[in-house]
Amino acid sequence: MTDALLTTHETSDHGHEGHDDHHGPSGLLKWLTTTDHKIIGLSYTVTAVVLFVIGGLFAEIIRLQLASPNGTLVSLAQYNELFTMHGSVMIYLFVGPFAFGALANIIVPIQIGAPDMAFPRLNALSYWLYLGGAITMLSGFFTAGGAANFGWVGYAPLSSSLNTPGAGADLWIGGLLLTGFSAIFTGVNLCATVFYLRAPGMTMFRMPIFTWNLLVTAILILLAFPVLTAGLIMLYADRHFGTHIFTNSGGGVPVLWQNIFWFWGHPEVYILALPFFGMVTEVIAVFSKKPVFGYKGMIFATLTIAALSLGVWAHHMFTTGTVLLPFFSIMSLLIAVPTGIKMFNWIGTMWRGQVWFSTAMLMSLGFLFTFLIGGLTGIYLASPPLDFMTHDTYFVVAHFHSVVMALVLGAMAGLYYWGPKVTGYLLNEKLGKAQFWTLFIGTQVFTFPLYLLGLYGMPRRMALYPLDPQWKTLNDVSTAGALLIGISTILFVVNIGYSWKKYPAGDNPWDAQTLEWFTTSPPPHHNFYRLPQIRSERPTWDYNHPEHTSLAHGKHEETKA
Amino acid sequence: MNVHKSALSPQGAKEPRSGLRRLRRFLALPVAALVLSGCNTKSLPGFGVSPGDTTLSHSVYHLWQWFSVGAVLVGALVLALMAWSIVRHRRRSDDAIPAQTQYHLPLEIIYTVVPIIIVFVLFAATLVVENKEVALPKTNVNIEVNAFQWGWEFLYPGSNAVVVGQTTQTPVMVMPSNENVHITLTSSDVIHGFYVHDFNFSRYAQPGVYNQFNLRAQANGTFFGQCTQLCGMYHSLMYFKVKVVSPADYQTWLNSFNTPADAKAATAAQTALNQELSTGIATKQANTNFGG
Repeated sequence: MTDALLTTHETSDHGHEGHDDHHGPSGLLKWLTTTDHKIIGLSYTVTAVVLFVIGGLFAEIIRLQLASPNGTLVSLAQYNELFTMHGSVMIYLFVGPFAFGALANIIVPIQIGAPDMAFPRLNALSYWLYLGGAITMLSGFFTAGGAANFGWVGYAPLSSSLNTPGAGADLWIGGLLLTGFSAIFTGVNLCATVFYLRAPGMTMFRMPIFTWNLLVTAILILLAFPVLTAGLIMLYADRHFGTHIFTNSGGGVPVLWQNIFWFWGHPEVYILALPFFGMVTEVIAVFSKKPVFGYKGMIFATLTIAALSLGVWAHHMFTTGTVLLPFFSIMSLLIAVPTGIKMFNWIGTMWRGQVWFSTAMLMSLGFLFTFLIGGLTGIYLASPPLDFMTHDTYFVVAHFHSVVMALVLGAMAGLYYWGPKVTGYLLNEKLGKAQFWTLFIGTQVFTFPLYLLGLYGMPRRMALYPLDPQWKTLNDVSTAGALLIGISTILFVVNIGYSWKKYPAGDNPWDAQTLEWFTTSPPPHHNFYRLPQIRSERPTWDYNHPEHTSLAHGKHEETKA
Repeated sequence: MNVHKSALSPQGAKEPRSGLRRLRRFLALPVAALVLSGCNTKSLPGFGVSPGDTTLSHSVYHLWQWFSVGAVLVGALVLALMAWSIVRHRRRSDDAIPAQTQYHLPLEIIYTVVPIIIVFVLFAATLVVENKEVALPKTNVNIEVNAFQWGWEFLYPGSNAVVVGQTTQTPVMVMPSNENVHITLTSSDVIHGFYVHDFNFSRYAQPGVYNQFNLRAQANGTFFGQCTQLCGMYHSLMYFKVKVVSPADYQTWLNSFNTPADAKAATAAQTALNQELSTGIATKQANTNFGG
């Protein structure tokens, strides 16, 4: 993929014989040495999608094991490794890096009219740390004891060297440290880029929502990830240097790990989600031919979510009996308010628009539905009595899979929408729609039985479960849904192959609004030959439709002159 | 008022207002139906949850019902708005450009303030049930529950009674009905989860932490329990049962441990188990030298 892109990239450079002719190495060497944010972003995209496929394969094995109460596809030990690595790959290596490594890297500088990220070499380092971390974590499968097997949360004291000896766990810690540093450096880079490299006229309140969300994400990364890094170093010290931070025996406190982990872990949920909120916001506005409804309200909602997310970590720990229940309950419930504001902003954007059902828009609508389900079921879990009832059952699994599958739909919206900007070619819409329907229906068929299973009392992380015909049926339906999701992923890969260099995109195939659609597809080495006047958050739209600028505050109808 | 508005905007400012009115009428019926039926929680569906067997499980069940009513109403409203905007405002022609409306302050205030009110109502309801759940009424029935890899130990302080069981022989926790039972929960190795589905309740068993809670079962019966927190290889086989019997039967059961034969059997079982556990730990301890 990368090579082909480089070719088109170079052709366009020569076509313009511009000042920015880039005479560097070519081919593999160029890919290895580049500091161009678009090429680094593409490396991130390809790596993250490959890891998504790997994590998805783990998920399919898990679901096939659960198709029968006495599944024999994998052993008890292998099952523990599989769900640990499924969660770890998806959360640490796919969703996050895809959001702030892949799409943000490519799009944010172009959206604000910058020539590159603020620190291009640091950006390259981020990518190589990420790739190294991913390989480190997955290499656990090739050690004698197998990969890490204590769940993606690595709760102490199960993660101690006493209970989980072996190199797989250490490789998990090491891989996570590397990807953690990668994320921190990306956070630094994004903040510096947004604060210092905006084009003339691009004030903070003229930045597109996607860039805003990535800025807030970057700030959250800087607040949360160092805590995880510190925690991992303590865990490693406990395992190998004889410290007793998370063990009772030396005067340590096991529950401290949960506090540290979730102090990172809950902001992390929004570090993962906010970029995708930004993606679908852009897509919905473009395919409704309207500005983002309540633009400023939405920015404040994002800031509120970020602020609240730092004070809700212990809602993962209600059943430990060691946290202040009412405080964490109300803080968690309150997050529903800014999230609800966003939901109404999205609907308001479509309201009285011209909704065009492209694949990207369908994926975004799928996101809205799936995220609504995940959001509503999350409200239950913010209530301690209801959490006591459902904690560690499949209800929780279903809740966060609704949320993350919504993010997957958002990721696909982002790929169909922005892919043509980077590659210069559109994907096939028919295959895209087939992918959408299998992914969307598969997601619902996969999650709905899990909600019921949880309410009927099936705990999570069980390789075997009691013989109960109802449980088996529900598990089978869920497995069918998971297979449908697998088919959608195959359709996506098929679509990339089928559409390879087939449908040239042009500069602005969607009549889109933001700055990245003003330049060529793919953009030249330093992104722009010229810039339009920037007088709103939609400079490209204002340039193309000067008579249809956004209506001022308080004006709802178009007044014809 | 309408006249004034339409004078400002000849394209018909009436439409959004009549849209809102239509929406209000559309919502009036289900809301009224729910409010009427809501006076009586028995006619509300369980939304997948059952009332369970303890006093508290009933409270949790009702809380669940009311949360579900809220979730269904809010979900239906959002889905209806979404469906309406998608269907009604789908693209009709390639070059039509809709009004570029970006703000509507009254609407924005409504969809901020109303959710805040809903959240505080939910929080108040939560507090009521939560306070019942964390309360520890005085009682004479105490059970100490100790979880370990991979089984359960139930001790009855003040008596010789002790029940221990591992993956292969499911242990049974015996408790009296209609009496407050004070449980002290801990773990001797990693974190486990004490979960009884019919009690609508779970709590972590953690090493070094003594979690206390109260159970008051309403009817006799045997209920299925199991570990919910990942605790290693045999996590999915770590079951137990709760047998609720009448207070008289409970006393008889406790007394049965006072006969020498039973006491001897119980002690033997525990010694065997302790030995098994200690040898297990001994093998593991060899591994701590690793790197350290």
